[in-house]
Amino acid sequence: MADTSKNAFVTWLTRNPIWGFIVLIFAFFSFSNEYFFDLQNFQNILVQTSTIGLIALGMTLVMINGNIDLSVGAVVALAASLAVDLQSWGVFAAWGNWAILPAVAAALASGIVLGALNGFIVWKTGVDAFIVTLGAMIGVRGLVFIYTREESFFAMNFAYSDFGASSVGPLPTLAVLFLLFTVATHLLLSRTVHGRNTYAVGGNRDAAVNAGIRVGPHMMINFMIVGFFAALAGVTLSSQMGAATPNLGRDYELWVITATVLGGTKLTGGAGNIIGTFGGVLAIGILRNGMNLMQVPAFYVLVILGMILIAVLFLDKQLNRRGKQELKT
Amino acid sequence: MADTRLKTIGELLARQGILIAFAIFLIGFAVFSDRFMTPENLATVIRQAAIIGVMAVGVTVVVIGGNLDLSVGSMLSFSTVLVVDLHDKIGPELAIVVMLGATLVLGAVNGFLVGVARLNSLIVTLGMLSAIQGLTLIYTGGKNVDILDQETTWFAIFGRGYVAGIATPIVMFLGLALFMHVVMAYTPFGRRVYAVGGNPTAAVFSGIRRSRLVFSTYLISALTTGIAALILGSRVMGSQNNVGQGYELLVLAGVILGGTSLLGGSGNILKTVIGVLILGFIQNGLLLMGYPYYAQWLVTWVVIILAVWLDIAAKRGRLLSPIA
Repeated sequence: MADTSKNAFVTWLTRNPIWGFIVLIFAFFSFSNEYFFDLQNFQNILVQTSTIGLIALGMTLVMINGNIDLSVGAVVALAASLAVDLQSWGVFAAWGNWAILPAVAAALASGIVLGALNGFIVWKTGVDAFIVTLGAMIGVRGLVFIYTREESFFAMNFAYSDFGASSVGPLPTLAVLFLLFTVATHLLLSRTVHGRNTYAVGGNRDAAVNAGIRVGPHMMINFMIVGFFAALAGVTLSSQMGAATPNLGRDYELWVITATVLGGTKLTGGAGNIIGTFGGVLAIGILRNGMNLMQVPAFYVLVILGMILIAVLFLDKQLNRRGKQELKT
Repeated sequence: MADTRLKTIGELLARQGILIAFAIFLIGFAVFSDRFMTPENLATVIRQAAIIGVMAVGVTVVVIGGNLDLSVGSMLSFSTVLVVDLHDKIGPELAIVVMLGATLVLGAVNGFLVGVARLNSLIVTLGMLSAIQGLTLIYTGGKNVDILDQETTWFAIFGRGYVAGIATPIVMFLGLALFMHVVMAYTPFGRRVYAVGGNPTAAVFSGIRRSRLVFSTYLISALTTGIAALILGSRVMGSQNNVGQGYELLVLAGVILGGTSLLGGSGNILKTVIGVLILGFIQNGLLLMGYPYYAQWLVTWVVIILAVWLDIAAKRGRLLSPIA
């Protein structure tokens, strides 16, 4: 009995090696740095990772579908700019603090609309999502630069940046937001028909079509979800800074994909889960935070992160080797 | 009769769509701006496109072999910083040798991980993108580098010089493209790259050493990135340590626009050149017509998707995807 539960644990760990890694680095930083093991610091890690984390939730769905979204970084910048700029428009002058509401709504809508556009193009044209969203990444960034005239926006209403710094009980609001959406997305993926279809479409698209799943609209919905999360990340990021710059979110797509892949989601689709993605996001967050506290220059984090990404890929290949041997050459 | 002729026109459009689009762009810009079709302006565009173009030539080979290389952007930063920094320390000749050597080592790491260890190329080169960016920053300590003696060094020839009256970057870009085109189209090596990218299993069964071949495609993309770094370093005579950030995707955009399939097995170096030039001409033409700088990015968005869409629509014989 004890034996089987141990086996189940080992199996789980070989499927989610990232959590083993988290325990490792968590222990390492706790012992080697006096400031790391601290409630305040844990809150920091959660807030710091919430931006990448929110997007990674959506990216997991899209990647399980067998697609990818490279345009999320540009959407972050667009949503942040809209959220900060619109709330200072004269139309909403009489609204007071309520002016933030339509601004944020517009920002989130922009993410959903761009996600829908990406998804619709993938659905109708059959062009690979990598290419469609690569185009969108360049185009949306151009849109941001034209819209902002290459200038930063600053939130004149302090209620906006107060929100970014506020707390719900012991936890920062942004961390709570991230955790809530993590749970919600986990439930969506593991408990609903849409979630099951997500795996089905990524695992075997033809079989999914034959099983009566409307693959096109299904993929479009997932693109809208990742667009929503990217826009939400833009809003939370700009409320943390009280400002929006047109270069915001640059390279985020790379960080998000790194976190998602660290969490065990396969690029080929059909496999992955939110718990893994959450682990991937945390691993990056703990690593950055811990090394920062140990005063390791940020450059080294980049090198180590790249090596870990490749190592996880290598490990995954060794641990989850399929029965048939690959062709040796 | 008329029907078959229509069909042939359709096929021609599908097969040479990129050339036709290129012609339409050129004519369009020429009509709307009288400064566009001057030899000076055309030379300027090709010259500006040369850095992305040189890199795109190498990346095309990798993509034809069925893989991706996202690390070329940060590799460009690394190589440019290295050659510029070493220029004053050990002289331009040695600096170039060391830089090309170091860049090839990075390419070899890519090639080993993707070719020999058989890891997913997108993730590997994504990891390398981050790692090389970090390496560059560690090397410079976060500072930018400069060449002090900018007037007399012969290093200026790569970015600012002329060969037989033509700017060196243009000569290097078009010469390299022509050379790689011949290699890919007329040598056994080129044929093997197509074979491995098209059907790896069949290629292995017909006696091609896949690991070694994929490895060498990454050496080629590293080498072209090193050459691009020569041009960039020599033109600017200094370098920021993130100068190549985002280049990997612009390069890929040029490759895709040239009709190279990301699935591997098909593609053409000369069409990549046209793809890169289209991006260059869009940028230049829109600027001359008075649009804001970033309008080119919006147009690039539309052009990339349209190009690939028409390409696959022609292959499957219907415009819209059959996905339900």
